[in-house]
Amino acid sequence: MKPIVVIGSGMAGYTLIRELRKLDSDIQLTLITHDTGDYYSKPMLSNALAQGKDAANLVITRADEMTRQLGIKLYKQCDVLAIDRSNKRVETTQGVLEYEQLILALGADPIRIPLEGDAADTVLSVNDIADYTLLRQNLDKAQRITILGGGLIGCEFANDLASAGYSVSIIDPSDYPLASLMPQQAGESLQNALTSIGVTWHFETSVRSINLDSPAYTLTLANGKVLNTDVVLSAIGLRPRIALAKQAKLAVNRGIVTNAYLRSSDANIFSLGDCAEIDGKVQPFVLPIMHSARALAKTLTGTETPVNFPPMPVVVKTPAHPIAVLPVARDTAGSWHTLADEGGIKQIFLDIAGHMIGFVLTGRYATERNEMSKRIGLQWDYGVASAKGNQ
Amino acid sequence: MKVWQCVVCGFIYNEVAGLPEEGIQPGTRWTDIPENWACPDCGVAKADFEMVEI
Repeated sequence: MKPIVVIGSGMAGYTLIRELRKLDSDIQLTLITHDTGDYYSKPMLSNALAQGKDAANLVITRADEMTRQLGIKLYKQCDVLAIDRSNKRVETTQGVLEYEQLILALGADPIRIPLEGDAADTVLSVNDIADYTLLRQNLDKAQRITILGGGLIGCEFANDLASAGYSVSIIDPSDYPLASLMPQQAGESLQNALTSIGVTWHFETSVRSINLDSPAYTLTLANGKVLNTDVVLSAIGLRPRIALAKQAKLAVNRGIVTNAYLRSSDANIFSLGDCAEIDGKVQPFVLPIMHSARALAKTLTGTETPVNFPPMPVVVKTPAHPIAVLPVARDTAGSWHTLADEGGIKQIFLDIAGHMIGFVLTGRYATERNEMSKRIGLQWDYGVASAKGNQ
Repeated sequence: MKVWQCVVCGFIYNEVAGLPEEGIQPGTRWTDIPENWACPDCGVAKADFEMVEI
């Protein structure tokens, strides 16, 4: 029997392998990774300063120890060049490997917007521990940090950097932070909290150019403003890695297309994590990976199991103003209602039948996440005054 | 009293502080938390936590 081959050693790849090992201690597992194979928690990259950690001690378990614990064959610093589907083989920079089933846990690339200027290529983004090492090297001699993008990752980094004493600016085309996740009032509560720890904001604009003004940089914004900064960090969003799947003529859309069984258009190839478009949805967060890995481990060990996603609130790790949000798709019929707004914001989204299908909890209300999650999908009869509806 | 860290998302459980908002009283030792308890941030089961020395 040929092994199950997993490509990618991020949270998706390693979590799947852990889940597989819980179900079957004998099954042959091969892991191919472009990286070193060291295990670290990616969500911790944007909170490392506050925890007093540098890149090296963010590694939780080294690759050789992972290999031993999980009983896997590891090909590290290895790139996959092509998938030969008809012969069930992958061609890599370290030779040709056969697979019984192939798992694409490739992750996503940071979206980079094209910028003008002679220093456009100095913009950093943090997508893995190697990127983070580079950021920390740049921070050593920096004081002013400019972050492109006021979404989840941008705000988490802003909180971490501002708390560590850096002077942080955020540039975002929306008119408040986390605009893709929550309504304005909630986003502004985070904005105020980050402002109070020294973050400055440039909304409704974007960066046009970046030029070297040694030893710092000059940023020119679309609205004409000019900023001087020492480091530019781009946190605009993620684009699923689909090139390998596309080259192998697997179905791709925004991500690698799979059904609820995480199965691609090839019955022996599966995908999960930030590269996957599962039942039409790309969900680049922690909880979808955990649920996907558990279901896929069952399927791969002989029990066909569709992934069934429960409501999955997103936690924004901004200690200055913690947030838990169950986002609602932009075109959903219904409305947001504010339940409380002292020391934070508590809002729920009611659909037109009066069922609670989304929420945002900020500041002191963030800890009510589990209680709120239990009420998802239920008729809201806890005394929401309809007159309090906003938006 | 010890501090534990979620291997997946980095969530910290401090035995001294407990997790009162989850019904876990301050001073609750890790071994006394129910096996069906899961990390509030990422949902991994108790078995996936890794111990961190303090």
